[in-house]
Amino acid sequence: MIESPEKRVLTTTPRRSDIVFRRVVAAGAFTSLIILGLIALFLANRSVGIFQDFGFKFITGFEWNPGDPENGVPAQLGIGAMLIGTLLIAAVGLVIALPIAVGTALFLTYYAPSWLKKPLTILVDLMASIPSVIYGLWGFFVLMPHAVYWAKLLNKYLGWIPLFDVPAKVFERSPFIAGIVIGVMIIPIITAITREVFSQVPLDRIQAAYALGATRWSMIQTVVLPYGSSGIASGAMLGLGRAMGETVAVYLVLNIYFLPNFHLLFSAGGNVASLIVSKFGEASDYELQGLMAAGLVLFGITLIVNFLSTLIVKRTSRTGGQ
Amino acid sequence: MTTIQNTVARVSPGKPWKLSKGQLVTNFVIFFGSLLISPLLVLITPFSGKLGFTFVFLVVSTLSATAIAISRFGRKTIANSVASSAIYVATALVLLPLASILYTVISKGAKALRINTFTQDMAQTQPDAAFTEGGALHAIIGTGLLVLIAGIICVPIGILTALYLTEVKGRFSSLVRFLVQAMSGVPSIVAGLFVYSVLIVGLKGHYSGFAGAIALSILMLPTVARTSEEVLKLIPNDLREAGVALGGTQWRTVARIVLPTARSGLMTAVILGVARVAGETAPLLLTILGSTATHLNPFDAPLNALPLYTFNLMRTGLDIAVSRAWTGALVLLMLVLTLFIFARTLSGKRK
Repeated sequence: MIESPEKRVLTTTPRRSDIVFRRVVAAGAFTSLIILGLIALFLANRSVGIFQDFGFKFITGFEWNPGDPENGVPAQLGIGAMLIGTLLIAAVGLVIALPIAVGTALFLTYYAPSWLKKPLTILVDLMASIPSVIYGLWGFFVLMPHAVYWAKLLNKYLGWIPLFDVPAKVFERSPFIAGIVIGVMIIPIITAITREVFSQVPLDRIQAAYALGATRWSMIQTVVLPYGSSGIASGAMLGLGRAMGETVAVYLVLNIYFLPNFHLLFSAGGNVASLIVSKFGEASDYELQGLMAAGLVLFGITLIVNFLSTLIVKRTSRTGGQ
Repeated sequence: MTTIQNTVARVSPGKPWKLSKGQLVTNFVIFFGSLLISPLLVLITPFSGKLGFTFVFLVVSTLSATAIAISRFGRKTIANSVASSAIYVATALVLLPLASILYTVISKGAKALRINTFTQDMAQTQPDAAFTEGGALHAIIGTGLLVLIAGIICVPIGILTALYLTEVKGRFSSLVRFLVQAMSGVPSIVAGLFVYSVLIVGLKGHYSGFAGAIALSILMLPTVARTSEEVLKLIPNDLREAGVALGGTQWRTVARIVLPTARSGLMTAVILGVARVAGETAPLLLTILGSTATHLNPFDAPLNALPLYTFNLMRTGLDIAVSRAWTGALVLLMLVLTLFIFARTLSGKRK
């Protein structure tokens, strides 16, 4: 008698091992959601008192004074000055980094000879992995003397513009210099993203431009930049997010000062992250809650900026850059 | 019988932006010609110094390139040659700070680099004592501990996230991808603040290496998850189909086929994650606080780490302490560079 093999059961229901596997994997994947949620929850929980006490004035207020509760001096906490500093420094960084990064990305895709492309790309990636504390050291000891000279030139010839005016001739440790350091830090980030987008520009469009008699630059103007515009925008947003959250490099370079300073070249300023670092050590419990609130605001801002960046990328990949 | 030689007209995919040999030679001539002429012009004109030289060099090279372009192709190419110059300058402006950073860290860091940098800590040494005393041993050990614990926490989660995105492809894939993206933008100081508020204030814990490692793993997770996802995407689908066709369940296919195939790529992901967090300073300020003595227990007392060691010594402002800070930066840079090169060669092998 021939023993026939048992008939196989065909089914689409997953085995128990697979169900377990999928649940474990899904649980792992949702850790990021849990962590982000916890960050928001804990910071909000700790800072709810601050928002109750100061309300919107916490964002717009310029004074950061922990007060002296025992002697009846009320605390006055507001991060307005620091928010202005954050935006100012990030803006300087972005203004410096964006053209340089886009130029470098163009160089890497359309100008560099092929033997140079790979080593240069590696160098730019390497630049992204240098720790921020090293950028801070370099910015303070190496860049500062040069940057002070540039700041003096700017002040001398463009001093009539309020932004480049200074209340006193002290140019060291200014938001301008911190902005340059931040700019150098975010160049590799923006370069990496824009290079990626530029390398995806369809070759036939480029060839069409050349066939119509375009020079290299007019080809870039008419084909590459329009195609890559949202990639550039998204890279810029990502760089902006990084620039606003940077702590150590800013703290080392900048002369932290807790009043609003609109004078870009003057030696005073700060950002939200450096406020947290500099006040954290000797903060009272109440002030600590204020710092948590400041952290929450920073968290919110960077989340929004990153969200915008992702949104822009998504739109590009859907429309193919049209 | 005659054999017919088939000649196929092959259209080369061509990269029309590539320079011809003649153009390359012209570019080199312009570059070195301007390099030679500029010092002479600097001597004659009121420009002086490095800045003056750079300015004159840029003007001379751009003008000569433009002149040549005009003589060959006419006026319409002016924008093209000016843009080329601008793009070369942009690239130089990226390489200049990089070269400057590497040069300064190495030259200044070597000054205080002694054997005892790796064998002693700062427990018995004032920051401004002679270089033959004290070292960064405690910071090196601290960084090692932090990275190790952060890795143990974050690598499984990171790889599970990547598996969810590439293997399970669940309903929430795009949400998870978005969250990981959002997490990579969390400022490091916020991660530190979070861990501080939960572990140290909330649970009345100590400043400790463990708290620091948790903060670092928050920052490390997105890098590990995203790189792993990229790596797993590269695994050919045939392998998965072959695994399932042999009767393997999805779990067996992933564990026995997909993960082993992606091993070197996953290693790269882990190394990139480590390189990302090894240099973080801000979260450590709020979680491990810093110490001067070598400490091996990551759970009970403040710890030090290389970036924090560098940061704190720099803040003292004393000349000798700052030299030590540069040495700390050098050791840190070497660590990051080694990791970077390691990751590169690993991912290079894969292809």
